[in-house]
Amino acid sequence: MSVEQQTTPVRVRSIGTHLDRVDGVAKVTGRAPYAVEHGEADGVVDPLHLWLVQSTVAKGVVVDVDTESARDHPGVIAVLDHASAPRLAESDDGELAILQEPTVHFRGQIVALVLAETSEAAREGAALVNVSYDVEPHEAELREDNASYRPDSVNPDMETDTEEGDVDAAIAAADIVVEQTYRTAYEHNNPLEPHATVAWWDEEDGREILSMFDSSQGVHGVAQTLAPMLGLEVDQVRVRAPYVGGGFGSKGEAHAHVMATALAARTVRGRPVKLAVTRQQMFALTGYRTATISHVRLGAGADGRLAAIEHRVQEQSSALKEYAEQTASPTRMMYAAPHRRTSHRLALLDVAVPSWMRAPGEMPGMFAHEVAMDELAVECGLDPIELRIRNEPELDPETKKPFNNRRLLDCFRRGAERFGWSSRPAHARATQDGDWWVGTGVASATYPAMRMPGNAARVRSLGAGRYAVAIGSVDIGTGARTVLTQIAADALGVEPGAIDLAIADTRLPPASVAGGSSGTSSWGSAVVAAAQRFRADHGEHPDPGVETTASAADDPQADELAFHSFGSVFAEARVHRWTGEIRVPRLLGVYSVGRVINPTTARSQFIGGLVMGLSAGLFEESYRDARFGHMVTQDLASYHVASHADVLDIDAEWLEESDEVFTPMGSRGIGEIGIVGTAAAVANATYHATGMRVRSIPITPDRFLES
Amino acid sequence: MDETIRLTVDGAERTVEVDTRTTLLDALRERLEVTAPKKGCDHGQCGSCTVLLNGRRHLTCLALAVAHDGAEITTADGLAGGGPSADRLHPVQQAFLDHDGYQCGYCTPGQVCSAVGVLDEVKNGHPSHVTADLEGDPDLTDDEIRERMSGNLCRCGAYPGILAAVRQAAGA
Repeated sequence: MSVEQQTTPVRVRSIGTHLDRVDGVAKVTGRAPYAVEHGEADGVVDPLHLWLVQSTVAKGVVVDVDTESARDHPGVIAVLDHASAPRLAESDDGELAILQEPTVHFRGQIVALVLAETSEAAREGAALVNVSYDVEPHEAELREDNASYRPDSVNPDMETDTEEGDVDAAIAAADIVVEQTYRTAYEHNNPLEPHATVAWWDEEDGREILSMFDSSQGVHGVAQTLAPMLGLEVDQVRVRAPYVGGGFGSKGEAHAHVMATALAARTVRGRPVKLAVTRQQMFALTGYRTATISHVRLGAGADGRLAAIEHRVQEQSSALKEYAEQTASPTRMMYAAPHRRTSHRLALLDVAVPSWMRAPGEMPGMFAHEVAMDELAVECGLDPIELRIRNEPELDPETKKPFNNRRLLDCFRRGAERFGWSSRPAHARATQDGDWWVGTGVASATYPAMRMPGNAARVRSLGAGRYAVAIGSVDIGTGARTVLTQIAADALGVEPGAIDLAIADTRLPPASVAGGSSGTSSWGSAVVAAAQRFRADHGEHPDPGVETTASAADDPQADELAFHSFGSVFAEARVHRWTGEIRVPRLLGVYSVGRVINPTTARSQFIGGLVMGLSAGLFEESYRDARFGHMVTQDLASYHVASHADVLDIDAEWLEESDEVFTPMGSRGIGEIGIVGTAAAVANATYHATGMRVRSIPITPDRFLES
Repeated sequence: MDETIRLTVDGAERTVEVDTRTTLLDALRERLEVTAPKKGCDHGQCGSCTVLLNGRRHLTCLALAVAHDGAEITTADGLAGGGPSADRLHPVQQAFLDHDGYQCGYCTPGQVCSAVGVLDEVKNGHPSHVTADLEGDPDLTDDEIRERMSGNLCRCGAYPGILAAVRQAAGA
């Protein structure tokens, strides 16, 4: 039984101080078990290995699956295709309803599964399956002339379009207009642990039970998604994810491979089935960020004050399943302007299904907006920080509510001081160091603060001052295990060492996804609610065994305020005058995110976001060959992510503050904001270095050799 | 076709039957349940599978098991002495903890093994791509550490922490 509890602010003792990651030793020794590393001790006995067979055409119908050679291969147990795979009870979700029909919707779609005694046999078996198709013409290219579909809403459930005032008239009357198109590339999340699942079916009390270890950002979400499709009640699916090797959004929802594993395991009841998705397969099956085209118009007075902002977005989704990235969403709330228009249009293509990638919407949208702001600063002859000061809104431009602590300008002031901004030359291409042009740039960062519904936590007295605290949330590397321990300790008024924390299992109280910078806010508030209710019900000296399960009630004030985090990003760029090589010797982020729970894990989160933003700015691009419909960059040698040698002096700091209206811990969430604005700051720094404006990412060396 | 090979893994003699197609990484992970070496790409592009093979860092995903009959392998688990207690951690592992040189932990065993290999290579005078003087003893500058560790990707972006950890371990 879970009760709803109105929380009060936590008296902080461990919160705000360093605590070693509670799972640190397990990680540095390699003893922490990830999804397919569980063995007999966890019920994974004598597993079979699964391999995916993927379509080699982008659109069409499977007319024949020749399995004979595969079945003859030693070690192969079975081959499943659309005719032989178990039927699903529901098949509305086109991405997950695999092997239910012969239709091919994108290149790389799962068209058969091979089960074998070893991974070598499974892989060879998959290579021996011969699939024939009736091929149909496909469309796999995002262009300005085909991205015209208007979705009903954009992720997660925002307005597709917004309009306020008369943008066209305001632009026509403006002293200064910036009108440009900005582009961001297709990106793949590429967590270092490829998606992986082990699943088995057995019976418990006469009911079918599907058990899984899945590399997931949210075990409850996986169970809720799979259960109805498999004709099960949610409690018949048990999902655990004690260790997850990163996700960055791609493990936020179950993808097709999870269903593949569940279906295959159903055919060999009692035996576990392991599937480790390959790095190459991830480029078709586990989500990605759409490329975006942002048409931006800014109209301002000579003093730089914005009269109008227009941000029209074109991007793509899959015709199989719609996902509309909310790219213009930050444009709706970032700066003051009486006239504003935003819109999103999609091309629905015969391609793999896009999904969440770190800061969906904010990351590509703020690249466009923040480079446009830099261009406006240049046009107005203003320092780019001064331009932002002049366009600071009184109220949230989107909701017209007061912001709860909008400290963007404090972030700029602190960053400017630390970065040495005041000595920056006003003009571009002003500094040369040998063969290198040197410049600096800034950008704003923002991310909404979100608390998800559907969270509860359980506190149980273990006696002798110790407490078991349980919630089904997942630690994907963020440090959730550690910060939830600190939160529980402070909420109960005990030392962190007195807390036994259990997470990442659907048999624990429900938890929302580790995504949208909402995890600590959502789970932590539930932990505080349970702890405070526990103390109210059982006092300071509870009998061993007594327990309380509770969820947190919303703060009544929360409806009257707009909650966002803010930040400033400062970058120094060096561009080689002959080769165009780009180096970023310094990158600094200063953030306002409410109270930081653990400065060590928080710093790593911010720096990780900055590194991923730098990586997006300079390297990351998935290149689709529209003729065939697949990404030709499908490994880490062709899809480049930042490596050690690319990361020089990167640091992050934050303002001391607390947001106790938003959560009883005072925190607002930190996972995404580090990636927001970072690519724009780097782009703006390369402009300041060279005088050449690059309006698309990744910013590659050739861009500086064109003139 | 199957072959039986012998390996010494973290100090223990192991005999394992492998398919001639089995990589050293899969022999460890799937046949011996030694899962400290991770599979991040299976193509030698990410470094997660790094172990010390006969004392030098090596990518086990690019090694066929049958070609390494008799090899001595040390994983991150073995560097810690095989026990569960923190006080037996290798200095490199302790440095990763001290500088939060990881987040999700998946690349970490490979980073740790690689760092141990780097320190040994520098001690033995091996130059790198960024070493200016190929004749003298390399000085383990930050750029040297970054260059030598660049075969190990970290998608969580813990590179500044890893750099600080390797620097600390080099001074230890």
